[in-house]
Amino acid sequence: MASETVLELEGLSAGYGRIEALKGIDLKVGRGQIVTLLGANGAGKTTTLKVISGLVRAQSGKVRFAGDDITQMDAHTIAQAGLVHVPEGRHVLKGLSVRENLELGAYTVKSVAVRKQRLEEVFAQFPILKTRANSDGSLLSGGEQQMLAIGRALMHGPKILLLDEPSMGLAPKLVLETMLIVKRLNEAGTTILLVEQNARLALKLANFGYVLENGVIRLSGPAAELRSNPAIVQAYLGT
Amino acid sequence: MGFIDIFSQQLVNGIVLGSFYALVALGYTMVFGVVKLLNFAHGDLYMVGGFAGFLILSFLSPFIGPGWFGVAVSMVFAMIAVGILGVVIERVAYAPMLSAPRLSILITALAVSLVLQNGMLTITKGQYVPFGSALGFGGVNLGSLFISYNQMILVGVSIALMAGLEIFVSRTQYGRAMRAVSVDKDMSRLLGINVNRVIAGTFFLGTGLAAAAGTMAGAYYGSLWYFMGFLIGLKAFTAAVIGGIGSIPGAMLGGLILGLLESFGTQLPGVGSEWKDVFSFSVLILVLVFKPTGLLGKPEQERM
Repeated sequence: MASETVLELEGLSAGYGRIEALKGIDLKVGRGQIVTLLGANGAGKTTTLKVISGLVRAQSGKVRFAGDDITQMDAHTIAQAGLVHVPEGRHVLKGLSVRENLELGAYTVKSVAVRKQRLEEVFAQFPILKTRANSDGSLLSGGEQQMLAIGRALMHGPKILLLDEPSMGLAPKLVLETMLIVKRLNEAGTTILLVEQNARLALKLANFGYVLENGVIRLSGPAAELRSNPAIVQAYLGT
Repeated sequence: MGFIDIFSQQLVNGIVLGSFYALVALGYTMVFGVVKLLNFAHGDLYMVGGFAGFLILSFLSPFIGPGWFGVAVSMVFAMIAVGILGVVIERVAYAPMLSAPRLSILITALAVSLVLQNGMLTITKGQYVPFGSALGFGGVNLGSLFISYNQMILVGVSIALMAGLEIFVSRTQYGRAMRAVSVDKDMSRLLGINVNRVIAGTFFLGTGLAAAAGTMAGAYYGSLWYFMGFLIGLKAFTAAVIGGIGSIPGAMLGGLILGLLESFGTQLPGVGSEWKDVFSFSVLILVLVFKPTGLLGKPEQERM
């Protein structure tokens, strides 16, 4: 990891009540990278993202973003700083149109001109969202909702994007398409921390990977190495 | 009077009554939208709004007169003052309870209602207080139908306030943020929305609308009473439920429908005006039994 570190977790622990979900996690994401976080259900992947974005409070350890300690910051302040979390299940806002969902993605952007320009960019990237701009966001298909969720995140102008299971519940063809979108975003310069069930695809996209097991990082390394690691192949890639 | 005359006169009465209900119901429904709380103190904030308007008018009327202009200026100040009171109540009484079981916060709301009512009872010693406005009795005759200027102004102001709210909620980023907070708080935070501030803003707006209704009611009916918020609070709740609680257009529609139902209901043979409230609350029960989501409500909403 030669590049400058954008996001760094240091001995991060968190839990819900007496349940300890994360037990001292160290993780780094460098500028311009895709880093993937793999693991079985319940390993603590989603909790990790929630602690980073401030939805869940850390019990100990530190989260550093662009050099600043954001461990104790409120979620909305962290979002304003440019760390954008696209949660599992997309969370398209019901009762708000596609356009309104996107507009709210740029809630922290004060300039109307910038908002307008970003909206045009998102529409250019996802033409389907433009054709459905005035319909209720929650009425879109799963794949379209995923595009809306990602488009909404792009409206922020993120410095780093946390994607939680973007391919969840999508048809195989759409899974591939979603991954291509992630790749394109990264090529355009967005740093990405990706949590993904589909480990095979995730490791193809990523520069670096971490494997989480019961709240502990079991393995980490360059994605190419993890792909050929026999333990990973057996546990996550199948044959 | 012939049937048509009675019909059109009741139509006017119903719209006037419905405007009050709608303004108060809006605050009910907005607050329910963002914090899922039935704010039982909301009717009392309408009452406090009436007294605030009265107090401000008695200071200002030497300068701007006790007519509609004076009342309108007093109304704006009352909206701001009582709006701030609404935010203080939210911060002090409700915010610490938001993560507690739902029943606790409901009981807190009842307590706030009692504090406001009994506070005003102590100040006014239970007396009716003349509002001190002088609005005149002019109006327009349309055949045998009489519509007073006061009624027109009152309905006009209500429509303007509701239109302003609707534009605010649907066209501005802050209004969209309010709707976002009402459907998904965590997602709203991830979008960079300061959820606590949006909740405070919603209390400010909702309470301000109740204060506007309180001031106008005081000016229109000519007197104030510490208990005047109780019944309208329940009526506004009924209106919000008819429209679908949580829905802003629903509250407007529900208020209007309830106003019309009451004014026409009292004209039914055997149903005198003393049965007005029985009539309203029967409607509430029927709606709760047969269409609990209301006319414009969303079926998946949790309620209590």
